[in-house]
Amino acid sequence: MPKKKTVLRVNGRQHELALDPNVSLLQALRDLGYTDVKNGCEIGECGACAVLLNGAAVNSCMVLAWQANGAEIVTNAGLGTLDRPHPIQEAFADAGAVQCGYCTPGMVISTKALLDRNPNPSEAEIREALSGNLCRCTGYAQIIEAVGVAARSLREAGEASRMGQRATDGSRSPSNSPGADQGVRRGGERR
Amino acid sequence: MSDRVTPKPLPPHHLPPLKQIGKPLRRVDALGKAVGATQYAADFSMPNMLYAKVFRSPVPSARIVRLDVSKARALPGVACVLTGADLPNAKLATDMPGQTGRSARKGSDAPVLATDVVRFHGEPIALIAAESLEVAEAALQFIDFKYEALPGVFCPEEALKPDSPRVYGESADPDAGAGDHNVIARWKIRKGDVEKGMAQADLVVENTYRVPFVEHAYLEPDAGVGWLDEQGVINLRICTQVVEHFRTVAKALGIPQNRVRVQGTMVGGGFGSKEDVTVEIFLALLARATGRPVKLVYTREEAFLATSKRHPFTITHRTGVKRTGRITASEVKMVADSGAYPYLTPYVLLYATGMATGPYKIDNVRVDSVAAATNQPFTSAFRGFGGPQAAFAYESQMDEIARALIMDPLAFRRINYLKTGETTATGQTIRSAAWSEECATRAVAALGDRTPSSPTRKIGRGFASYFQSYGRITWFHDTSRAWVGMEMDGTVVVRCGVPDIGAGQSNSLCQIAAEVLGVSLERVSIYATDSALTPLAGTSTATRQLYMSGNAVLQAAGVVRASLVKKAAEMLGVSPEEVDLADGKASVVHGPRSVATRPSSLSSSLEEDDRTASASSGRQGEPGARIPLAEVAAKCASEGLPLAHLAQFNAPFTEGIDPETGQGDIWPDFTFGAHAVEVAVDVETGEIEVLKSVACHDVGRAINSAAVRGQIAGGSHQGLGYALMEEYVVEKGMTKTPSLAEYLIPTSCDFPATDVIVLESGTGVGPFGAKGIGEPSLTPAAPAVANAVADALGARIFSLPFTPEKVLAAADAGKDVVRPDPNW
Repeated sequence: MPKKKTVLRVNGRQHELALDPNVSLLQALRDLGYTDVKNGCEIGECGACAVLLNGAAVNSCMVLAWQANGAEIVTNAGLGTLDRPHPIQEAFADAGAVQCGYCTPGMVISTKALLDRNPNPSEAEIREALSGNLCRCTGYAQIIEAVGVAARSLREAGEASRMGQRATDGSRSPSNSPGADQGVRRGGERR
Repeated sequence: MSDRVTPKPLPPHHLPPLKQIGKPLRRVDALGKAVGATQYAADFSMPNMLYAKVFRSPVPSARIVRLDVSKARALPGVACVLTGADLPNAKLATDMPGQTGRSARKGSDAPVLATDVVRFHGEPIALIAAESLEVAEAALQFIDFKYEALPGVFCPEEALKPDSPRVYGESADPDAGAGDHNVIARWKIRKGDVEKGMAQADLVVENTYRVPFVEHAYLEPDAGVGWLDEQGVINLRICTQVVEHFRTVAKALGIPQNRVRVQGTMVGGGFGSKEDVTVEIFLALLARATGRPVKLVYTREEAFLATSKRHPFTITHRTGVKRTGRITASEVKMVADSGAYPYLTPYVLLYATGMATGPYKIDNVRVDSVAAATNQPFTSAFRGFGGPQAAFAYESQMDEIARALIMDPLAFRRINYLKTGETTATGQTIRSAAWSEECATRAVAALGDRTPSSPTRKIGRGFASYFQSYGRITWFHDTSRAWVGMEMDGTVVVRCGVPDIGAGQSNSLCQIAAEVLGVSLERVSIYATDSALTPLAGTSTATRQLYMSGNAVLQAAGVVRASLVKKAAEMLGVSPEEVDLADGKASVVHGPRSVATRPSSLSSSLEEDDRTASASSGRQGEPGARIPLAEVAAKCASEGLPLAHLAQFNAPFTEGIDPETGQGDIWPDFTFGAHAVEVAVDVETGEIEVLKSVACHDVGRAINSAAVRGQIAGGSHQGLGYALMEEYVVEKGMTKTPSLAEYLIPTSCDFPATDVIVLESGTGVGPFGAKGIGEPSLTPAAPAVANAVADALGARIFSLPFTPEKVLAAADAGKDVVRPDPNW
């Protein structure tokens, strides 16, 4: 199989790669060291590998790496760090939304995608948005609370300074990526 | 069930005010996980590393006719292929290391790799290590494997028949009696006189309950990296609940125990499954054979096929009861499916047996339980460890008896609840608070107003009580060790070999050390889960770590505290009794002070940063005078006084139970609680919707209230899943649900949040009077749903899960049942 030249732009870094056409975005990201993207099932059932692809949350296991060529990819670790956590990450840590933590990166990504398009979601909308992310530890209650807390703090911060958003915050349209359509998880579809 | 319940005030109990304990502080592990900085077992790689795959049996029962790996070995990029022939006599003792002191059943240890026969679908047969994962996967196809199917046995009742196929062959355990050739374990309880008790009864109620295989479905598939270090020690960096499996690995490889090191990672969920050996021995064998680092990560399907399940049980209750509601006798028969190998089955069965009659005082008890080997997936530990199966049966039975007596289920239970000072079925005296009634009334009351029913959408309510042990079996001589030290700047280090499986094990230990040493939680660091560098703390199982390692940290920190207090007293010119440690300072207080009796008036705001405590203040010797702990620590260090301590906590020991009567103590203590739910049952579609869910547990003392709530909310959800959706389907030994698309676990849309009510009696045997809540939180949820569904339909479903098919059948059966007014 001829390798495909692929440019992956991840958390503001650019990687020029030659990849087998059957390599998933999940595998490519983990091989590059983005191990915050978790592998839970590889068939799009658990949401642990969710990343933002041009602002839309996708299961990276369901996207081929070459399909993400040139797209803007943001992983959970691209949103914040221990020193400068993203408000969503901070809310998860504070609300008791993190137990084993394996689902957390995907949960944070789905939350980010939700709050980018709906800054003030209802509980039902939060549940719907997270329905593709499985968690076996928490029963979801504290995760849903954390999303509410994060939404509030982001709205307040947004009002304080509308100019401070990062380029990676997902303001682009998802339409320019072939991968986006295949990987986008629609809440509730699983049942 | 009566909707009008007014809980009585709690009995008098004493909870000393504490500064850090009980607060919903941000867990020490939370932020690293939230920002994706935590490195799990599969996230770690090494230079020159190989990738491993396991070749597994495609069938549940067969003789291996040919196993030729020469083509796989010859494939370019393959570094190593191992089969059972390369590992003479390598057995996986399917028992916790050093746990039992009882010999395993002859011939039933699992081979590390199958050689002659395979006994379950997914049994490991060969190991491959290659330069890339792709090559390792490709090499699987080049293994020439031929088998001849053998008759299998696929149900424990069949396995117990005299002419059933022998799972361990003709030669295994020739001493076994007729029909006993597949028996893995038996337990019995004989208390009082069951015949007499039945004769005294006005009514005898008999029912049989069934529960299926259930998968843990932790999010992180089993994984690890193994390598030899410069001393030739085999290092295993893995996700495990049991660091002490380094001994199991050494035994399987035939090498000294000090030549294997386990570095445990943060575990992405375990729930009992990572209590058994998973990838450890495979990694060790391949690293030894190749001399190179090897990585093995299970796929999701493999994580399902290769690991244990919760035991299916068939449980028959025959209960005698007086018209007044007093139970006079209980007879219980239990049959459990052990699957292809014993693993922890004998102990799971013991737990189910010892808790078979629930949190009730019953003078005449007979329990007979048996677990049989089959060619099914092997079964072992799963959150609750036999307790959830037992509780589904005994709490369904309690409601059935109440129905037969035309008595309110809560009123009926009130007559029979076990109280402090009374004895369990095995004759063990309950020494801590037994707040069954307190929990049940609060859970039921919190359901609030009843949702109106319609002809097609029937509303039902139910609750379940339970009791569940925490801490390991008391004849195991359980121990834990922890090291606590203070640094020169007043920060604190905890070293403890505790595996953190997500429940907040590490955090609890830090919060205890913070409390004892008077620093904020941010000033405490923990190093955990390394068999070479952290004191061995035992397994993160049996809801034992807070109890065991919490007490070890309490002891170790207490010794360090005493040194600091003594030195600070000298520096402040007062007696040690007048010194307290809080907010990063040693201060003079009125009268004697200790951790357990410090009045809350001394507790200043938690937000106060220890780092601002840089200067001494107040007049020496006067109340209010204080010195930063850093100064006290530096003074101690300059005088060569110890600022660290290694403590070992030993659980109380009891002799084993009498094998003929089952009488004796089994566990250190019990947690009590209740779960109540309201459900809507659609009698046209068979769908059940949980409308309200309330859990109330006496946790003894909450160490971190947010973490406690998380344990209860999460346990509840797993219990609701057990009731309504989870079934690991096995047909003739073949797994039919090997993915998260086929094996459904609850999503964010399936159930409402469980309303969590935490009671604190302060009477547990854990630190500060804590009890355990990790496993107990799951146990009462499924029977609560069972009772609610029966309330809605007027007919009971006797087997989990409550699928639409079963609901429709029950709805049919319940159609003509005249139900008494729910508020009688």
